[in-house]
Amino acid sequence: MLKIKDLSVSVEGKEIIHDVNMTIKNGETHVLFGPNGAGKSTLLMAIMGFPKYRVTKGSISFKGKDITGLTVDERARMGMGMSFQRPPVVRGVKTRDMVAACLKESGDGDTINVLANRADLGEFLERDINYGFSGGEIKRSELMQLLAQKPELTLLDEPESGVDLVNIALIGELMNELLEKNCPIQYRKCMGLIITHTGHILDYVNARTGYVMCDGTIGCVGDPHEMLATIREKGYDECINCYLGRLPINE
Amino acid sequence: MNKAKASRTNKEKARAAANKTASLGEDIDLSEYTSAGEKHAYRDNPSQLPAEAKKHMLEAGVMLDDTSQRSGTYIQMDNTPVHSSVSGDGVEVMPVSQAMEKYDWMTDYWWNAVAVDQDKYTANIELSQYDGYFIRTLPGKKTVFPVQACLYLAKDKLVQNVHNVIIAEEGSELHIITGCSTASQEDAGLHLGVSEFYIKKGAKVTFTMIHSWNPETAVRPRSGVIVEEDGLFLSNYILMKPVRSLQMNPLVKCVGDNSTARFNSILVTGEGSSLDVGSRIILDGKGSRTEIVSRAITTGGNIIARGYIEGNAPDIKGHLECRGLILGEKGMIHAVPELKGNLAGIDLSHEAAVGKIAEEEVEYLMARGLTREEATATIVRGFLHVDIEGLPPLLAEELKRAVEASEKEVM
Ligand SMILES: Nc1ncnc2c1ncn2[C@@H]1O[C@H](COP(=O)(O)OP(=O)(O)O)[C@@H](O)[C@H]1O
Ligand SMILES: [Mg+2]
Repeated sequence: MLKIKDLSVSVEGKEIIHDVNMTIKNGETHVLFGPNGAGKSTLLMAIMGFPKYRVTKGSISFKGKDITGLTVDERARMGMGMSFQRPPVVRGVKTRDMVAACLKESGDGDTINVLANRADLGEFLERDINYGFSGGEIKRSELMQLLAQKPELTLLDEPESGVDLVNIALIGELMNELLEKNCPIQYRKCMGLIITHTGHILDYVNARTGYVMCDGTIGCVGDPHEMLATIREKGYDECINCYLGRLPINE
Repeated sequence: MNKAKASRTNKEKARAAANKTASLGEDIDLSEYTSAGEKHAYRDNPSQLPAEAKKHMLEAGVMLDDTSQRSGTYIQMDNTPVHSSVSGDGVEVMPVSQAMEKYDWMTDYWWNAVAVDQDKYTANIELSQYDGYFIRTLPGKKTVFPVQACLYLAKDKLVQNVHNVIIAEEGSELHIITGCSTASQEDAGLHLGVSEFYIKKGAKVTFTMIHSWNPETAVRPRSGVIVEEDGLFLSNYILMKPVRSLQMNPLVKCVGDNSTARFNSILVTGEGSSLDVGSRIILDGKGSRTEIVSRAITTGGNIIARGYIEGNAPDIKGHLECRGLILGEKGMIHAVPELKGNLAGIDLSHEAAVGKIAEEEVEYLMARGLTREEATATIVRGFLHVDIEGLPPLLAEELKRAVEASEKEVM
């Protein structure tokens, strides 16, 4: 379980996230909507524990442990994984090296080849990570790394943005594998938190909870499919007005 | 020119340049060093060398107990050749003094790729008692295993003067691995080395040089390379351990059409070191090409990484890539990439970057579960990774090991 309590986050001295509460139970995938600049990415970065995103108030707990003070790598080793929106190029570090780092001891060269074929990145394994990758290739490479890492909590920041329709299907399948196929239902522990603008990915994952974030706070909670319909029809303002106060978000 | 006359001319030129300061690098006072070292005993079997020396040599890639994977061996301690041998035909390895006696034509290869009066170091070599290695492949002969050479500094305050000549005759193939190292970790020696390479038509030479000096040594190599038509010269240089002062800027002339020169260098150094390392490639042959790749890491010392490509003929192509990484608070890296085109229709380019490890890259790897130390090591390893084509697998493997050792040095 991931439990976020009264969380405020500052970036370079400026508070971006204010008093956010969120609980993701084992086996659940939640979806985060919100206009540009709402603070969605900031929230994800803070959950993952990047030092630039400073928690000024509240706490994050994961698998029953308060992780507010843990470093990024400690959280990753506890079972958190994140796809980057704009990952850096690391010259000389091959895509294969990255997948191997994610696998740790749980696979060999063949495992890597299988994963790469699955993500249609067979040709990319010997290339420097992210060097000259297109938008879609970056998304697939991030998901491939997460498939190797097998996190219990997967954080995805706009996994489908800038991806053409053909690739969206592949990305959807990879996400499905990550959050569901790899986690059989009877003992499903996998959790997900996905930032999205489009509905496409909702076809591939079983998400029952959605949030709309605005100005660093969570405006409303509800069924993601319904929310998406409202957002599409009336825009974010309507959506927030409509849902505001309807659900008590501090359980 | 006859031998005696050529020799007189060289000596005169050297005397005139005896005090000529080098254009680059800290000026070294030669009077602080002695060249009168003891003679070391010649060994028919290189495995008879002292265990300690063999250990240092092995670190620099020179293996003496089992030479089955070498097509020849040359070992010099201080100023004495202590062993030279070949296995198989097609290649000659001997002290250069012996080659001078054996071949009248040696004068054609003596101070021809390097000028005897370049500076006081080349002059000092000419004016001293000295030796070096002579390595030659016969026409059309392609050696599979590398020839290994070791220049070893055993005595404190000694100046080691070396003059090497390497000839790859037409259509031949020669791989050389040369290791330089010192007996002690404290002795302040000086290594002066001239190497003249002649790569004939269609010949291929790979030259892998591993330097493993100590923090007190000063080193001034002076190399010149002449590449003829369709010839290839590939140089790989690794500075594995800190050295007090190193300056070198080999000059390669691609005189033949479609000749190629490639330089890869990996420089790793720490506090108290000062390096000024570059390479100069002159593309005179039509369609000749070059690539210079250098990687420099400092944990406190100063590095100047140079590269110079000059294009003087049609259809030439050259690229220079120079990247530096500063680990820690101190240290300086100065990248000096230079390109000179003397005609239209040539293709010369460069990229240079100097900086610290990007925190963003470290965090990216940490988000995959690597600790900060593991992430940093992975990035450093990636930084030092250079794709090297054209090396036989065995040598590529040895080079990889040397790079890994240098990696450990900085971590
Ligand atoms: N590194 C940063 N420095 C300063 N402000 C930032 C930084 N990152 C994000 N912000 C600000 O925080 C707010 C939320 O940004 P972000 O979390 O990226 O929004 P979203 O992902 O919802 O589009 C924006 O106003 C943005 O300008
Ligand atoms: Mg965002």
